[in-house]
Amino acid sequence: MSTLSKDDNLVLSSEDSSCPEESELELGLGLSLSGSSKSHHHVHAPPPPLPPLSYARIYTARDFPSSASSPSSSSSSSPNFTAGTKRAADSLAANNRPSQVVGWPPLRTYRVNSCNYNSHTKSPEVFDSVAEKSKNNTTAVRKSADNGNDNNINAKEKRHLRSSLFVKVNMDGIPIGRKVDLSAHSSYETLAQTLEDMFNESTTVITCKGSNGEDHGIIIGGERHSKLLDGSSKFVLTYEDKEGDWMLVGDVPWGMFISSVRRLRIMRTSEANGLGPRLEENIRQKSKPI
Amino acid sequence: MPRLAYSFPEEVLEHVFSFIECDKDRGSISLVCKSWYEIEAWCRRRVFVGNCYAVSPATVVKRFPKVRSVAIKGKPHFADFNLVPEGWGAYVFPWIKAMAAAYPWLQEIRLKRMVITDECLELIAKSFKNFSVLVLTSCEGFTTDGLAAITANCRNLRELELRESEVEDICGHWLSHFPDSYTSLVSLNISCLGNEVNLSALERLVSRCTNLQTLRLNRAVPLEKLANLLRGAPQLVELGTGTYSTEMRPEVFANLAEAFSGCKQLKSLSGFWDVLPSYLPALYPVCSSLTSLNLSYATIQSSDLIKLVSQCESLQRLWVLDYIEDAGLEVIAASCKDLRELRVFPSDPFGLEPNVALTEQGLVSVSEGCTKLQSVLYFCRQMSNAALDTIARNRPNMTRFRLCIIEPRAPDYLTREPLDAGFGAIVEHCKDLRRLSLSGLLSDRVFEYIGTYGKKLEMLSVAFAGDTDLGLHHVLSGCDNLRKLEIRDCPFGDKALLANAAKLETMRSLWMSSCLVSYGACKLLGLKLPRLNVEVIDERGPPDSRPDSSPVEKLYIYRTVSGPRLDMPGYVWRMEDDSALRVS
Repeated sequence: MSTLSKDDNLVLSSEDSSCPEESELELGLGLSLSGSSKSHHHVHAPPPPLPPLSYARIYTARDFPSSASSPSSSSSSSPNFTAGTKRAADSLAANNRPSQVVGWPPLRTYRVNSCNYNSHTKSPEVFDSVAEKSKNNTTAVRKSADNGNDNNINAKEKRHLRSSLFVKVNMDGIPIGRKVDLSAHSSYETLAQTLEDMFNESTTVITCKGSNGEDHGIIIGGERHSKLLDGSSKFVLTYEDKEGDWMLVGDVPWGMFISSVRRLRIMRTSEANGLGPRLEENIRQKSKPI
Repeated sequence: MPRLAYSFPEEVLEHVFSFIECDKDRGSISLVCKSWYEIEAWCRRRVFVGNCYAVSPATVVKRFPKVRSVAIKGKPHFADFNLVPEGWGAYVFPWIKAMAAAYPWLQEIRLKRMVITDECLELIAKSFKNFSVLVLTSCEGFTTDGLAAITANCRNLRELELRESEVEDICGHWLSHFPDSYTSLVSLNISCLGNEVNLSALERLVSRCTNLQTLRLNRAVPLEKLANLLRGAPQLVELGTGTYSTEMRPEVFANLAEAFSGCKQLKSLSGFWDVLPSYLPALYPVCSSLTSLNLSYATIQSSDLIKLVSQCESLQRLWVLDYIEDAGLEVIAASCKDLRELRVFPSDPFGLEPNVALTEQGLVSVSEGCTKLQSVLYFCRQMSNAALDTIARNRPNMTRFRLCIIEPRAPDYLTREPLDAGFGAIVEHCKDLRRLSLSGLLSDRVFEYIGTYGKKLEMLSVAFAGDTDLGLHHVLSGCDNLRKLEIRDCPFGDKALLANAAKLETMRSLWMSSCLVSYGACKLLGLKLPRLNVEVIDERGPPDSRPDSSPVEKLYIYRTVSGPRLDMPGYVWRMEDDSALRVS
């Protein structure tokens, strides 16, 4: 029979589909895997060493750039491992920044949202029903216990597993929204940078205020076309708070922002009128030359 | 010389084949000879597609022209934990479009982790006159308007299940679109909907559908309304309550207890958001016949849980929060002798300190007392090699074992050693183990055990484990039946992958995120293995802008017979294959 239908059968089978006859395809790429220095108390011989390949080598921590301010919202743990050496038992604490582990513990978003895990209640009382009657029933906002200022966190708190705080982000003119994990950020700068990456508009710059009140445009090195903002960006970053009001991102300390944000909107500056006198004033401020 | 295959008329063969339902066997039949291939294809009624990108809709409808039931899975499992960015793919529309043209008699669609839009739902409602089963598990992309199209048009609908899907809840009146003459509903699951549905329409629907067996309500259905619904469907076998709490009023309680007593067929209970414990005794009449109980949203104390569960002597499946504590699990070990599946979820997964007295001991107790226990999902904060060894020896019949110690890389709390030996005992003693999830402090050694003993293992989930590529090599070279491997935050790089590249074609998929696989290795894999799609997911921008040695953020490799997919978002790059090497 043609291999094609055999392959078809494999992808259409819900059960075990290993096919010993097919493993004739060997790559012929041998790699030396005898680098392990562990001694094993076991009866099985270690796998026979394979011929070395000039291509691969063992990576060390030096090979990987520090990703302390990784803009990625979905991969937040830096690969701080040193392959081939013994690992310290608490290497997690060895990281300089607190561990913000996305997707850990492995609980479905549905469950995390339903259970309102921020309540940290010791006694299992009947908690307030958080059935959100709005459209965004699947984006419950939860408080994070410690966010914002990470400098004074001790080693124990560094291992605190942060709950995810995914909120929806919509940009005017783009029908498909995104979701961003706010708990993976600790400042407006990295958030704005992430959003810029996400919405990848090559000639658009998103503006928001840094925690010191100065304006921050986003510079992406190299391939992107975005420029430092001089107050004439076409978009502003706004958020809807717990009370349903739309506010300009950047006015309040990061921690306060995190605890009140429900969702984000990258709004055309032209539409931002009527958001409130403070917001309009801020926008006018930004139009002034720096 | 007459060939045996032609000695039976086709109709006879077709009749014989109709008794073969298992996909793998069907596949074997199709390889016997051309004639059997054709006959089998002609009479196949159910198709399961484990990865929507492994085969194209056109290929499926061309080969199997008479399909009545389709099941398709989309996103990788780790999408459940937000590791797959938005817009990744798994759009079902191309499938619906192809099937609308090819299968006018399609009856059943079951999807998992796929994106389905209102447009798709409308197309389903319009295209399949006999449509009867729609099950959407962990899906997204649609609104209640799409559901309205289904309820308004599908006269023969029997099952409508939205399991943990993200539905934009615009209006609760979609349920009212079932015409008054419609009575064929057998199963309705709306548990994931946020807003209220029209309750009176629901009551009327439930009472006129006398074949209704499964009713899973959403949280918005108040407890006061439950009794009426139950009275309208005393034949119910599976019930999901709404909110199980209201002001304590004796008449409400009495009404509820009486309604439950009337449900003599009830075997499965779920729901139980916001439980007021004093309403739990209303359930006592049905406890002894329950086989499945999902209390995993019920934040009630151990004592209340124990009072309830100790009466459920027929229980086979229990999902519960860790409020059950070790004491509660001991009671279960003594009372629920038929237990097959236990899932214990964390009540406070992000807290620093344990908030409940649930340890490894609870699981050990259940493994001792419940001799039929074969499927476990257990979240806890401490574990020891000794406990795992005991569990393994107690329950060699274990088939699915998923342990999540909440703190990553937590060692054996007694000896401070890695948990290699404990998990090693699990794979060694549980010879039929098909699914395993690891956690805690683990070195390469645990993978050596897994590769040596995990011969029946089909799915393995790994996080924050291992030391070197040797770990991954053990798994890829040793686990003969491995189909799905998902790895996050492990120091596995290029070597093991490249040395075991051929293995990848024998698996459904491999996921690796936050590991050490370089872009160069991905390119090489893609180049040499044209029957795989090697997809790099990287939200930092094009991998070409970084050195070849730079590790990719995420990697998803899956076998396919349909080549590259055409709907990749901007942050996914497929590694090109060398067309000259492609088998024609």
